[in-house]
Amino acid sequence: MNDIYNAYLNTDEIPGSKTGSLAGVRVSIKDNISTKDIETTCASKILKGYIPPYDAHVVTLLKAQGAVIAGKTNMDEFGMGSTTENSAFGPTLNPRDVTRAPGGSSGGSAAAIAGGLVSMALGSDTGGSVRCPAAWCGIVGLKPSYGRVSRFGLIAYANSFEQIGPMAANVRDAAKLFSVIAGHDPKDSTSVNKPCDGNVVPEISGKTIGIPKEYFGEGVDAGVAAQVRKAIGKLEELGAKIVDVSLPSMKYALPAYYVTCTCEASSNLGRFDGVRFGPEPEMNLPWHDAYTKVREAGFGGEVRRRILLGTFALSAGYYGKYYVKAQHAKQLIAKDFAAALQTCDMLAGPTMPNIAPKIGELTADPLQMYLADILTVPVNIAGIPAISVPCGTAHGMPVGLQLMGRMFGEETILNAALAFEEAV
Amino acid sequence: MVKENDVLHIAELADIGISSPELGRFTEQFNAILEYFDILDTFEASEPLMRPLVNVFREDEVTPSISQDDALRNSHNPEDGYVRAPKVI
Repeated sequence: MNDIYNAYLNTDEIPGSKTGSLAGVRVSIKDNISTKDIETTCASKILKGYIPPYDAHVVTLLKAQGAVIAGKTNMDEFGMGSTTENSAFGPTLNPRDVTRAPGGSSGGSAAAIAGGLVSMALGSDTGGSVRCPAAWCGIVGLKPSYGRVSRFGLIAYANSFEQIGPMAANVRDAAKLFSVIAGHDPKDSTSVNKPCDGNVVPEISGKTIGIPKEYFGEGVDAGVAAQVRKAIGKLEELGAKIVDVSLPSMKYALPAYYVTCTCEASSNLGRFDGVRFGPEPEMNLPWHDAYTKVREAGFGGEVRRRILLGTFALSAGYYGKYYVKAQHAKQLIAKDFAAALQTCDMLAGPTMPNIAPKIGELTADPLQMYLADILTVPVNIAGIPAISVPCGTAHGMPVGLQLMGRMFGEETILNAALAFEEAV
Repeated sequence: MVKENDVLHIAELADIGISSPELGRFTEQFNAILEYFDILDTFEASEPLMRPLVNVFREDEVTPSISQDDALRNSHNPEDGYVRAPKVI
């Protein structure tokens, strides 16, 4: 494989089989999803050399359907970033313009598909990490409803938000991959029993699609907005009823997301101390000092920033101001979505407010990087499914149309995305 | 307003270590980020937090799991089937 985009951290392949719905199909796996006997690093120095002793549930399901496990893809370290530049092993490049970032954090999976190296891949989406790179690389990416896909073997970053999601060059392939990974797993206590048969049909006529005005607000590039408005016009042409809606609490989404995810990260990443995996701690030092040295050498800048922010937001005197308040904000946002989706079958807007940034453009200022997630994090807060489907270009780069569905309503947004894909 | 001493204290709580150049940079960035988070102060948390989730129970049955050897495979110099950690006391 000629990986000119640095999309892969490991290109080892596990052969597939001749039977099953993915017989012989090559599927690449984001490197935060455990693969038995294949190094899994989360693009972090602290997991360099870590060989999982078991497969993630989704990998077990792929193998059972005959898929070839085709390499581990690059990502922002532990999923923390929106460009795949926060990888300890170098950034992935965007195949549509190699001077630009592919988006993140599942940037390796998106670039591998957009660059023609593989037709399907798994990503994970905590605050947009499947949909962002799908939009910026011009492919399809689905963030499933919380609980629909098992997280067993997904190395946790912010476990109340994240879901493993399918990425593919087209909607039918994304639906096929989703049908293999969806369903109940007793090893994940948040897993629900909602399998998917994968039979998508182009169907949009008669559906009511809400357009939240907040998705075309401040910070959304005019060229991107125009392209998405055009796509919504196409949905109307295909027989959908378009209505205006509002999600007034969306202004709290980004802080509520970043407070919660950094708090969860500060707890989840406490396991990286070198004792059971990772670089060996100095056994003769007191444990605080030994673990401090392991983490100082092993974690990159963004991971350290988020662990520190989360530790701060959970510390005495600040817990009520930040963490508790963020949980209230999440509740308001979820209510807004529930109200809008009571009258609408789905909501539509841009996936990302801008096109893919130049390499280095967003990394200097973490707050600017966080602001790029403004249109993707609300869905993770509400727990609902959302798909990004390509809808042309702005400034010469791909734009993603985001369709957001009712809880466990993946089939509806997949059908709508297919109708759109076939019409353009 | 967060000061360098606060960030240093947090780094100690998290056992994460922090270099001097990093300390100045992080302090500055945290203040910008926390200022943005202040929008959370602009609404009243008037409704109680709902927990629309139910516990899902299962029988506590013994099922096959990974072997002790596999569980220890990524640790350094395990001893008598145990991982080794730095001294705690």
